[in-house]
Amino acid sequence: MSPSQVNPRMSQEAVPDTPEERRSYLAEGHSLRSWLLTTDHKRIAILFMVAITFFFFCGGVAAALIRLDLLTPAPDLMSNDGYNRAFSLHGIIMVWFFLIPSIPTTFGNFLLPLMIGAKDLAFPRLNLASWYIFVLGGLFTLITVVAGGVDTGWTFYTPFSSTYSNGAVFLAITAVFISGFSSILTGINFIVTVHKLRCPGMTWGRLPLFVWSIYTTAIIFVLATPVLTITLVLVALERVFGLGIFDPALGGDPILFQHLFWFYSHPAVYIMVLPAMGVVSELITNAAHKQIFGYWFVAGSAIAIGVIGFMVWGHHMFVSGQSPYASAIFSFLSIVVAVPSAIKVYNWTATLHKGEIVIDGPLLYALGFIGLFTIGGLTGVMLAMIAADVHLTDTYFVVAHFHFIMVGGSVSAYFGALHFWWPKITGRLYNDMWARLAALLIFFGFVMTFAPQFVMGYEGMPRRYHVYPQVFQPLMVMSSVGSSVLAVAYVLPFFYLFWSLRYGKPAGPNPWGATGLEWTTPSPPPKDNFETVPVVDKEAYCYPEQGRAGEPQTQQAESVDA
Amino acid sequence: MTLPVFFIPVEASAHAGQVDLLIWTLALLVALLAAPVFVLSAIYLLRFRYGRRADRSKAQRGSVWLEVSWSVIPFLLVMGFYVWSTKLFFEQQSPPDDAMTINVVAKQWMWKFQHPSGTREINELHVPLGKPIRLTMTSQDVIHSLYLPALRIKQDVLPGRYTQEWFVADKTGVFPLRCAEFCGTDHSVMGGRLIVQTPADFARWQAQAGADRSLAASGRELFDRLGCAGCHGSNAQGSESPIRAPPLVGLYGRPVPLSDGTFAKADDQYIHDSIMLPNKQIAAGYEPRMPPFGNVLDEEQVAQLEAYIRSLGGKEDK
Repeated sequence: MSPSQVNPRMSQEAVPDTPEERRSYLAEGHSLRSWLLTTDHKRIAILFMVAITFFFFCGGVAAALIRLDLLTPAPDLMSNDGYNRAFSLHGIIMVWFFLIPSIPTTFGNFLLPLMIGAKDLAFPRLNLASWYIFVLGGLFTLITVVAGGVDTGWTFYTPFSSTYSNGAVFLAITAVFISGFSSILTGINFIVTVHKLRCPGMTWGRLPLFVWSIYTTAIIFVLATPVLTITLVLVALERVFGLGIFDPALGGDPILFQHLFWFYSHPAVYIMVLPAMGVVSELITNAAHKQIFGYWFVAGSAIAIGVIGFMVWGHHMFVSGQSPYASAIFSFLSIVVAVPSAIKVYNWTATLHKGEIVIDGPLLYALGFIGLFTIGGLTGVMLAMIAADVHLTDTYFVVAHFHFIMVGGSVSAYFGALHFWWPKITGRLYNDMWARLAALLIFFGFVMTFAPQFVMGYEGMPRRYHVYPQVFQPLMVMSSVGSSVLAVAYVLPFFYLFWSLRYGKPAGPNPWGATGLEWTTPSPPPKDNFETVPVVDKEAYCYPEQGRAGEPQTQQAESVDA
Repeated sequence: MTLPVFFIPVEASAHAGQVDLLIWTLALLVALLAAPVFVLSAIYLLRFRYGRRADRSKAQRGSVWLEVSWSVIPFLLVMGFYVWSTKLFFEQQSPPDDAMTINVVAKQWMWKFQHPSGTREINELHVPLGKPIRLTMTSQDVIHSLYLPALRIKQDVLPGRYTQEWFVADKTGVFPLRCAEFCGTDHSVMGGRLIVQTPADFARWQAQAGADRSLAASGRELFDRLGCAGCHGSNAQGSESPIRAPPLVGLYGRPVPLSDGTFAKADDQYIHDSIMLPNKQIAAGYEPRMPPFGNVLDEEQVAQLEAYIRSLGGKEDK
């Protein structure tokens, strides 16, 4: 590899091999059984990674069908029902089987014990159960597809879903219902782990910011998911037994469903975004080799987002027929919840100031997150204004807004995490030139796909339209072309990352000169993570001024490196 | 019916202009708030790039003043817009008293409109220029949403409940009318046209489209045909027959004492529910004898009956 293709910080030092006396977690057994019955948090993280990557691909195929069909205003590729099933499937899979579990179950699982100096999560077997439950839920999703699909959208609005839809609503609901338990179990596991398994010296004030954000996410998992679970049961009861809960023809209230659904689904947005923010805090500090600017403001804003995020659900319902006074309050609270997000973004920017910034793949992904999240978040502030929302809601403006946050933001952060911790997970280095290229392609492909949708929405183009007015075709074509760039960009990392598994240079324990405890273990780490329990004597991100490498959070690092 | 695809799409009401002003100034503010992130990040990336000589001494680890100012200042700026937007929204919540009411019934996958004159149309809505129009809307099946992009308004249309939106169109022409809430197979083609005409043209259209009787007259005919008079009296004045039912004359808009001791206001929703689900609220002093008409009448017929009852007078002349 030429010097331009690697991180300049690590080319300075010789890369020691993984000590032979400590077997890596990957070498603990190669049989299928050794994987399927593992309780090692690192292996379970890999299991989750395989599962969600599969679903990301499935949801992506549905998205590709949608974008292909929308090249022309006429319904040419699919029937109207086919199109409705495609976007419903896209939403259900991407939300519950990719975005919600994405960072928490993979990097959360892998890194949480490593970052706080623990051997594993508090409940390793519960962790494995969580994966099996997730896979079972995923299986039901696939059965839903085989049974003809579902046409309700991912939102399952009543009474359409409970009475009128002719899709496999019950199966789809069952799939989401089951996967919810996976979220709840993972949430409980993370909360207990953070409270009980921090190593000596790892005080709350020394926690890496990724741990803070995963911790907040876990709390949302535990508090919000049961509400969705119960709501889905109620929809199923109405659909199967005709129990009147949401359908006015049966004496129910359809708005009640929306309140319950968004009480979960708005916090769920923060489930998708908070872990991404945690990743970005790690990536930015390391790339700048500088202490995070305003540690407590960044950590505290995660908690603030988690708490206020529970009080803003009504902003999805400004035109639903809810009380206008309720709308006025929800509008205000939605502006309030934007403040902690703004604090984070400004702090990341300030962290770059006077840093010693290495512009590598992980940093470009992190910057991609910041850029796309900023646009998504600020258009969210526009949507929080009721008078603007009345015009813009249920149009492509909203579609663009939430894709900027959940896809542009969170998926970029997921890829950023994948690149940053890839050497730790696999022990190998990839070619950074390809990583930078993929990061740029993702950013520009994304903007090309979704920026035109802001314009279309403002022009009055409703979402979930198979047939659309002719005037929107130029923007639709632009969006579809962008999405094909995006598709290529998302597939690209699979090639060079898999290539690195075989041909990549060994990474050594700490290729980026980072400070977290996870970098004091060999790469890949052994089954029990640490040889001896680390003792933390510093806060996170102790990068010395003008220095090459950071000081790890524990002084015992040398003995482990050996 | 061609909208310009870029920049400001056609505005057919004063409200639309105000919403556009709000959206564009808000977009400007939002761009200002985002600018430091993009500009400073780019500058820092260049200036403090690894290996580049730069003054990195005295790097700050935090500053309460900075944190407070970049939280509070944007928040206050946005709060200004909050007040503006919420005011605009509340104006849009209360139609003026002289508004002309048009009944809207949505069903999979069409829009039905009934004018007070009795004129009915499907997927086309004719309205006169400059007159406040109130749409009283309900759905026959699932949730729909009536979206009039040229007026920058939309409102969900619910089964079993009335919602409303209102506007004053100030530009003649043909504008799109769309369903904005996903409602099943043909959601994307559940649209139509809003046709704004000068009052003279509108009167001509109405004479031509010609309803043989007004909405209230149709309601009166239904009232007779369904045998409502048997209990409510021949002119809805109440009856002395063994099966007594409340008189409907002068009922509209008044508080009605209920058998559980509470009061209900006799508005459209109350009358709708009393016909479709009569056991939901029972007027004090009467036996719950009325059969539910939920399976007999459609929403358009209920609207006709309401118009008839309104025509019998009441507290509010709406």
